[in-house]
Amino acid sequence: MIVVWIVLALVVVATLGVLTATRVRRRGRTGLGQARAPEAAPPEAAPPEAAPPEAAPPEAVPPGAAPPEAPVVRTEADLRQRLGRTRGVFAGLRDVRERRSVEAATWDAMEEALLRADVGVATTTELLGDLRRRVRSGEVSGGAGLLDALRDDLLALLGPEGTGDAGGRSLHYDEAEGVVNVWLFVGVNGVGKTTTIGKLARQQAAEGRTVLLAAGDTFRAAAGQQLELWADRADVEIVRGAEGGDPSAVVFDAVQRASARGQRLVLADTAGRLHTKVNLVEELKKIRRVADRSPGRVTEVLLVLDATTGQNGVVQAREFTEAVGVTGVVLTKLDGTAKGGVVVAVQRELHLPVKLVGVGEGLDDLVPFQPADFVDALLGG
Amino acid sequence: MFDSLSDRLERIAGRLRGRGRLSDADLDDALGEIRTALLEADVELGVVRGFIEGVRSRCSGEVLSKSLTPGQQVVKAVHEELVEALGGETLKITYASRPPTVVLLAGLQGSGKTTTAAKLAQWWKQQGRQPLLVGADLQRPAAVEQLRVLGGQAGVTVFSEPGDPVAVAAAGVEEARRLGRDVCIIDTAGRLSVDEELMDEVRRISSACEPHYTFLVIDAMTGQDAVTTASAFHQTLALDGVVLTKLDGDARGGAALSVKKVVGRPIAFASTGEKLADLDLFHPDRMADRILGMGDVLSLIEQAERTMDGDVAARSAARMMEGRFTLEDFLEQLQQVRKLGSFGGIMKLLPGMSKEMRQAADQIDEGQVSRVEAIVRSMTPGERADPAVIDGPRRVRIARGSGTTTQDVNQLLKQFREMQKQMRQMMAGGGMAGMAGMAGMAGMGGGRLGGLLGGRKQLDALEALAAGGDGGGLSGLLGDAGGAGGMPPLGAGGAFGRPSSPSASRGAGGARKGGKKKKKGGRVTPPKAR
Repeated sequence: MIVVWIVLALVVVATLGVLTATRVRRRGRTGLGQARAPEAAPPEAAPPEAAPPEAAPPEAVPPGAAPPEAPVVRTEADLRQRLGRTRGVFAGLRDVRERRSVEAATWDAMEEALLRADVGVATTTELLGDLRRRVRSGEVSGGAGLLDALRDDLLALLGPEGTGDAGGRSLHYDEAEGVVNVWLFVGVNGVGKTTTIGKLARQQAAEGRTVLLAAGDTFRAAAGQQLELWADRADVEIVRGAEGGDPSAVVFDAVQRASARGQRLVLADTAGRLHTKVNLVEELKKIRRVADRSPGRVTEVLLVLDATTGQNGVVQAREFTEAVGVTGVVLTKLDGTAKGGVVVAVQRELHLPVKLVGVGEGLDDLVPFQPADFVDALLGG
Repeated sequence: MFDSLSDRLERIAGRLRGRGRLSDADLDDALGEIRTALLEADVELGVVRGFIEGVRSRCSGEVLSKSLTPGQQVVKAVHEELVEALGGETLKITYASRPPTVVLLAGLQGSGKTTTAAKLAQWWKQQGRQPLLVGADLQRPAAVEQLRVLGGQAGVTVFSEPGDPVAVAAAGVEEARRLGRDVCIIDTAGRLSVDEELMDEVRRISSACEPHYTFLVIDAMTGQDAVTTASAFHQTLALDGVVLTKLDGDARGGAALSVKKVVGRPIAFASTGEKLADLDLFHPDRMADRILGMGDVLSLIEQAERTMDGDVAARSAARMMEGRFTLEDFLEQLQQVRKLGSFGGIMKLLPGMSKEMRQAADQIDEGQVSRVEAIVRSMTPGERADPAVIDGPRRVRIARGSGTTTQDVNQLLKQFREMQKQMRQMMAGGGMAGMAGMAGMAGMGGGRLGGLLGGRKQLDALEALAAGGDGGGLSGLLGDAGGAGGMPPLGAGGAFGRPSSPSASRGAGGARKGGKKKKKGGRVTPPKAR
């Protein structure tokens, strides 16, 4: 009986599969890229007045009463100290530095450090292969020389130092009159998108920019409330939609509202989604399209990556970049024991710069990415 | 995409084909490939090393079996080692003699504790228990609110109050006792293992509420750090098990292997989707298959058993046997399948599904299923029984009634006709050949899907099912698929079946039978070219 039923189920699934495939092909021809068709309102159908009542007018969400304190600017030493928590885990590399000659054990120790930091097999093999050649040619010698060379290679991989445009690490912002900048935050579930927006909102506001938050995560229960609490802390306004509502409508509404009130920067949250879910990725594409409609302009699409993520991080970066054109990475939870080495592989394959680093739960625990500190932490000091 | 471990193993097996015995160099070569595959699957380096040594000793220690080629021997050793490393047993939950049974969840930020708490509550409710959820995450903004919403969806009461998480947890257990709940699930704030203050807090929560089960919630995408985190939490809390979340992505979940090894406790539950029902007990042999890159048909059967409505299925099946499968039956089946969870999820459980196939299934979202439903519902009972009467004007009416286009209606009708035809053919064939035919039919879309679904692995699975069905009962099914024929030849088809695993002993009765039939069926419908 079960057997027959399973087969029936298969039949039904397969039939649906065929129907879907046909639909998608057809839609591809007519140029409509949306997989979640009729019940999802097209973006055009989301004028501000159609916004759900929960999208309270800005007045209804009073900014926190307390005057915003100036954000504490984290110094490099501060970051180093935080990252330094993880130091000493791999004493192996310290031995390497003291060795005069390069032995098999040296290579093993270096490989271990890189692999344990989640740099990945391919990148590690490439880095060490190159070093082996240079050792053979006599260009590099001694444990210390080897480690310095590896450090330089990693830095070169991560791109030029600095947070300005030279390093590609500045957050793009269009100053032109009448433009509402939209920074879109994307990523899989639980990486820290909402928290990152909360922290960034405060920093941007402190820099004198007029910030509005868009609670585009209408899927996860209470995600809107979570962002609203952050908005209070950061003393900025927020636009919310109904839970389960259309996230594009929320973002559209936020851009309209920002435009009307002269706010120049919208930080748009999105629901966490696995890059394997085609429908959800389509939804994300739609959010981006809607956000990019004048006066809105998407000037940053930031992929939030959890430092504990392993090799799947590369796949995430690839898929999200393909879907919505990611412009940079925010590496979160770097204050734990994870080293986040997967961003090296991400940068190597996709040339996506890490722009920001999350190092704690406090409002100011979001700092610019410093390649040198990162690499030092990666190699265990 | 990374090559899955199974791809690599196949390559190794291919390279070793024709060798009479395994030389040391061959073995080193093969083990090197396995090492890379495991590292790419995010298995921790130390664990990988131990694993490789285990495989090596299995391969060299074993007396060369005449029936296995060296390649098959390596594959078999890897699978055995994998199942063993993941822990041979599924967690058996014992309930406290004096309720409530207290369950404490802990883990890093964003690993999925709150969602898992709600899923567990729903799971226990399904087991006939009365759970209470306790929200002791007072750290993350709106975490308790999230738990309340999810608890509402699961129909489980949520207890929380502002203040100190330790006090809230203790009060929660009291509340469960007062309400007469027999399971009390405590959600805690996410914390880093290096945060001494918070680790101390969770220790105090633990001693205040004296949990019977403490689970570490860990993300399947976690990399090498899984070991550090798991051992830190284990030291602090003495874990009883692990809940692995976000398995619905494409991460291979090597963290499961690492954590199991370090903590030495079973992985208790696995969460495979965003719906509350997407959580189940963890089955090591199935996870081994996942890390190897195989499907998981056993989970599907269990899911089906749990959710299917016996009467409806029996009625539809009977009609199918008689060749009178109508659109009405189709609709009923559709609703049954829907209860199983997302279509993408179902596809993932089936062995031999290609990435394209899975993506196609992922694209079937609720909206599209509703559309198909709407089309059928817009038909009159007469039309459903006999779609042949649907002419042009009726099509227009149906399209308008369901808010679709006539193209959609045509497409559905065409597919349905095709399906009916296949079913009749199959019933005429009968018996085992029928089953094989069915596997082919499952891809009635012809070319593309047919090739994918009618593949070899698919057949194996279905026949294992059929054999189990003969023997009757699920235990037969389980044992069968696990032991179905040990090592099929690693031949031109390229696919290897489920190598024999400890679970084989569970249903030894039907195993031989299943193994025989498999081969026969495999010839009835050879895999189509991909």
